[in-house]
Amino acid sequence: MPRRRPLAWPRWGHAAVQMAVALCALLGLAAQASGPIEVRDDAARVVRLAQAPQRVVSLLPSLTESVCVLGACERLVATDRYSNWPHAVLALPKVGGGLDPNIEAVVAARPDLVLLASSTRAADRLRALGLTVLALEPNTQADAQRVLRTLGQALGLPEAAARDQWARIEQGVAQARARLLPAARGLRVYVEVSSTPHGAGEASFIGQLLKDLGAHNILPASMGPFPVVNPEHVVQARPQVVLVGDSSQALMRARPGWSDLPAMQAPRLCALSPAQADVLMRPGPRMAEAAQLVVDCLNRSVTLPGRAP
Amino acid sequence: MNPVLRRSLGLLLAALALGLLGLFAGSSGWAWPGGGDAVQAQIVWDIRLPRGLGAWLVGALLGLAGALAQGLFRNPLADPYLLGSASGASLGVGVWISWIGGHALAGGAWARLGMTGAAFVGALLAVLLTLLLARGVQQTMRLLLAGVVVGVVLGALTSMLALLRPELLLSMQGFVLGSAAFLGWQACALLAAMLLITLLGALAMARVLDALALGEATAQSLGVPLAAARLALVSLLALATAAAVAQAGLIAFVGLAAPHLVRSRGPQRHAGLLWLSALTGGLLLLAADTLARLVWAPQDVPVGVCTAVLGGAYLLWRMQAMNRGAA
Repeated sequence: MPRRRPLAWPRWGHAAVQMAVALCALLGLAAQASGPIEVRDDAARVVRLAQAPQRVVSLLPSLTESVCVLGACERLVATDRYSNWPHAVLALPKVGGGLDPNIEAVVAARPDLVLLASSTRAADRLRALGLTVLALEPNTQADAQRVLRTLGQALGLPEAAARDQWARIEQGVAQARARLLPAARGLRVYVEVSSTPHGAGEASFIGQLLKDLGAHNILPASMGPFPVVNPEHVVQARPQVVLVGDSSQALMRARPGWSDLPAMQAPRLCALSPAQADVLMRPGPRMAEAAQLVVDCLNRSVTLPGRAP
Repeated sequence: MNPVLRRSLGLLLAALALGLLGLFAGSSGWAWPGGGDAVQAQIVWDIRLPRGLGAWLVGALLGLAGALAQGLFRNPLADPYLLGSASGASLGVGVWISWIGGHALAGGAWARLGMTGAAFVGALLAVLLTLLLARGVQQTMRLLLAGVVVGVVLGALTSMLALLRPELLLSMQGFVLGSAAFLGWQACALLAAMLLITLLGALAMARVLDALALGEATAQSLGVPLAAARLALVSLLALATAAAVAQAGLIAFVGLAAPHLVRSRGPQRHAGLLWLSALTGGLLLLAADTLARLVWAPQDVPVGVCTAVLGGAYLLWRMQAMNRGAA
């Protein structure tokens, strides 16, 4: 709100200009919000919204997180059962999982926009019921950036919102990279995303992050983003650092030949708590935090005492 | 009154009653959605009603497929699953999804029809493969083993496909969990058309099945063109299975249990058996789906999980009963 104190202009000038800018942004937002919105989803389908959506249901945790960092958390009215960040979404009604949502509960939430992954059968059904559905499937870092932009547009937010968030993510990753110790560069790393075992290959967003941080992923891009790994391959590749969810640790040790791997000893084995695993394994807006996590792990592996790799 | 007519009336009335009760079963547990505005009306008339009807239609198709299989193979254990046709149908769907892309599931009416077609081709090929491996239908053991082998191999191929195209893994997973949750009016229309076609076809073949029940030699001497009759019956079986699998995914045991329940109430000629099996299958799946909506509300249990548990329990109970009978 601009202050009516013309005499104080010199002193308040800076603030007034800032406020004017903010006001313009707000007006711009209002103008954008009132007009019709048109975005393209990941299936190249055009999604039209008469106005900025105010009741949003998200059926994918990374999309829930993106909506919230874009500052539209209060527009969420329900989420899938796996969405657990930020804290505010825990209080929202849960309407099933992304693959098996309760159609009726989604409709009952009266959303004007439903966000979900492209791979679910629910999209077709919800569209047939007249809901506006935006199907997005972030798999790479570029996807994550595009999803953030698309979401910003769909929510009727100024373009700067998504741009600023992406800049914040890139800055966070750069900061993490700067903290990486010289000795921790170029380590051979294996990231296990599930005990099937599925690993994160170079082609995945996790692999891209590792590459960004100068680590050497033992799963080459040719194996695909999240390949099923032959346990022997890991033994042969002799990773120097292993990142894995806390719960799968014991299973890993039980695999023949694994318990003697240098990377299975304390400082080189980074066991992630469930919350940390969520941060690393969701292609959402917390990729900067994920980078910090990986850098902490890599640094710890070369500073704490342990057997030489 | 004709006993078949009486039982049909009973089954239809029970389904109708359960269908109406099902309008009260939803994400808020056992309750009619309050309010009375457009969204509440939509929940009752465009979600709960087509879901119940769709579950009944899928169950009827599976029951019919089971009765056809048991009649055709003169084998009370024949079932769309044991003959590999369901695995074939799901492989067909897998190939279709990987060909069209994960968005096949989000497509419109044509994608739906294409999926049913792919499932049909897969189911037909699977049953033919089973028959080829079993060298005909004479030996029960051979037939069942061949069916199990084909089912396992095709299931493995489907998993392989999902592994090769990891981006499809989730789509396939969602599909393998049999569920009536995504059935809308469009799916109901397709299912109803398929049920009408396969039911009329099956009833037309009922006398052939009656003749086959007396043995193939007798059937032939009664003037049944065996090869043509078998092909027609296998096609009907595949079409019924495929229609059900393409719309609702894999739902076990209904095809096996429905004809059993019908036959356990006295011997039947095939016209009545086929018809009553369809009605029983419909009622079974409708009941299972109503249960699936309620047990974990507001979340949904895929009905395939429900039928597997209930059907398994039923079969075990029958086995116990048979053992006691023999002792």
